[in-house]
Amino acid sequence: MALRGLGRRISIGKRCFSSASEVEKRPRDGKQINLFSAINQALHIALETDSRAYVFGEDVGFGGVFRCTTGLADRFGRNRVFNTPLCEQGIAGFAIGLAAMGNRAIAEIQFADYIYPAFDQIVNEAAKFRYRSGNQFNCGGLTIRSPYGAVGHGGHYHSQSPEAFFCHVPGLKVVIPRSPQQAKGLLLACIRDPNPVVFFEPKWLYRLAVEEVPERDYMLPLSQAEVIRQGSDITLVGWGAQLSVLERACDEAAKDGISCELIDLRTLIPWDKETVEASVRKTGRLLVSHEAPVTGGFGAEISASIAERCFLRHGLQLEAPVARICGLDTPFPLVYEPFYMPTKNKVLDAIKATVNY
Amino acid sequence: MAVSRLASSSSSLSKLLLRPLPAPPFSRSFSAIASDDDGTVLTIETSVPFTGHKIDPPSRSVDTTRNELLSFFHDMSVMRRMEIAADSLYKAKLIRGFCHLYDGQEAVAIGMEAAITKRDSIITAYRDHCTFLGRGGTLVEVFSELMGRRSGCSKGKGGSMHFYKKEAGFYGGHGIVGAQIPLGCGLAFAQKYSKDETVTFALYGDGAANQGQLFEALNMSALWDLPVILVCENNHYGMGTAEWRASKSPAYYKRGDYVPGLKVDGMDVLAVKQACKFAKEHALKNGPIILEMDTYRYHGHSMSDPGSTYRTRDEISGVRQERDPIERVRKLILTYEISSASELKDIEKGIRKEVDEAIRQAKESPMPDPSELFTNVYVKGFGVEAFGADRKEVKAVLP
Repeated sequence: MALRGLGRRISIGKRCFSSASEVEKRPRDGKQINLFSAINQALHIALETDSRAYVFGEDVGFGGVFRCTTGLADRFGRNRVFNTPLCEQGIAGFAIGLAAMGNRAIAEIQFADYIYPAFDQIVNEAAKFRYRSGNQFNCGGLTIRSPYGAVGHGGHYHSQSPEAFFCHVPGLKVVIPRSPQQAKGLLLACIRDPNPVVFFEPKWLYRLAVEEVPERDYMLPLSQAEVIRQGSDITLVGWGAQLSVLERACDEAAKDGISCELIDLRTLIPWDKETVEASVRKTGRLLVSHEAPVTGGFGAEISASIAERCFLRHGLQLEAPVARICGLDTPFPLVYEPFYMPTKNKVLDAIKATVNY
Repeated sequence: MAVSRLASSSSSLSKLLLRPLPAPPFSRSFSAIASDDDGTVLTIETSVPFTGHKIDPPSRSVDTTRNELLSFFHDMSVMRRMEIAADSLYKAKLIRGFCHLYDGQEAVAIGMEAAITKRDSIITAYRDHCTFLGRGGTLVEVFSELMGRRSGCSKGKGGSMHFYKKEAGFYGGHGIVGAQIPLGCGLAFAQKYSKDETVTFALYGDGAANQGQLFEALNMSALWDLPVILVCENNHYGMGTAEWRASKSPAYYKRGDYVPGLKVDGMDVLAVKQACKFAKEHALKNGPIILEMDTYRYHGHSMSDPGSTYRTRDEISGVRQERDPIERVRKLILTYEISSASELKDIEKGIRKEVDEAIRQAKESPMPDPSELFTNVYVKGFGVEAFGADRKEVKAVLP
């Protein structure tokens, strides 16, 4: 028991500074590309390195509505990269079957808002396959990719963030990248992970986020959060496009002398509790931010878990209640989007309020 | 029906009613009985005969009147003008979000309205601007809703994809493909239960025809003999995918299997009217029926789609030349000398002004109040947490 505890403390130490070491390891062999190009590269590599990998979904043949699948059909043929009819439940079920035969099925759901017809297949068929067959069968080769999140003008059905629904399902992994370089590595890791994964891509960043991305094949670890900014006064946790909002809030808070530690969760389930816990034990304060509505959002899980672990421990404790700056409890609105969103100013207000609690 | 005050707008109409008509190229018969004040009944043949699946199709001779043809021309032109104006407004960024235009498909909306009453219900997907207009919506309501203003039909909270009109039995306006079909069957069940001799038209597209929920809905409606008419508006492209690439069987009127179906030329407003009338009678007696409207949209899937990457410009202009619904009615009007070319042009000019005026009015309407963000989530709000700057106002109970 003591040894295990020791081991955990050591690994926490490593993880806390993972961002620094990852930055050192990152070689300068990349080009400046945007998110959809990074995802495109990852898919090319995935199909190249595994002859039993398939990419399919609505309109993926010509490149997809967000250009993530350009060039794949030409390069790998219509037997491996193909369009499906408009039937999400059918796509998901079909993908699970394909994966059950030992293939890598990379299915695309065109917008996360449309994933609900497929929800039964993902929750009841995919997540529980290995469990209920006593490990005889599994659909580990399944990866479902879907653009999610606000895009400025998407309205009710092109802006939703449904990650919380899937985080409630043991047996699934949910992964969300924050940038092109992260997306490529995480997507390749998801595709090669022997568990079914739902990979949500922040659609607002498809064109907006541009970063240097290595051209080679590389993977980033799943279930490992990344501390992307060191700080001492408060820990901010987020994922996807929300991180850029949090970063800007951190910059502004710094002007007021508040030092923020920023963590990208990356994998939502199974999530890296250790990294977040270690950070909160250092700062004593936590703020979680996501676009999905606050009630029942994944921030609730993080808040509850950290409260359990960090309430009063080894002399270090939570100095303030966990703050959640999230979407409002309404359907994602059309003209009211700016009011609904967890904006930089809302986050900043909460940072100050939490620090001055 | 959106403005049909043609008797007043066309003063020479009454003169025309008395003039003998030359023999037209179509076979027709005079009825000696004048129907109300509309003058003689004209019987005109549809462009192509109907094709039936497990049902005897109706006759291709359709009864109409001069007034009706003029109203078709007027109403379809309003719809056409409205959609083109919406295109410009979108490009001017006054309309944000998504905007799916219906131009080319007007005959389906108009023909359907001509066969039914406002007590019948219509439910459709997101290409709903013209359907809404057909149900009695006004141009101001349309443009206001598109621009997200208070005077919109959904108070500016819905946008292009979510038009509704309760008093006219228009149940909207749905974003998720195929989701409105089982809803339509539910509406029909309620109608059957209340025994008020009304039906529901549940519209969907060729893209939605492969959704599982359509087949679930078909089974339920057939099992319980619901008065629902499932209308597949087949414009041959599901976004950018041609029907033959998405469907093993693009004969959508046959896909009901045990549910009878009818294939209709959706660009011929008289054929649509005949089919809908026939379908309503059938549905009230025998239960569900599928109507496949063979139609076409000139615009792309939405304003983000140029519409020319998956089909040739020749195809689009070919359909416009050969099958345009408004031109078809114009030819009928001119052939039967119901009106003259210049009078029709005047009607069109009047419509342009009407549309421009509606846009001007809509622009004056203010945006909804911010408190509207929280209204109608539930019947009454349950309270929302919102942070103030000093955290003292942690909770706010909103309407």
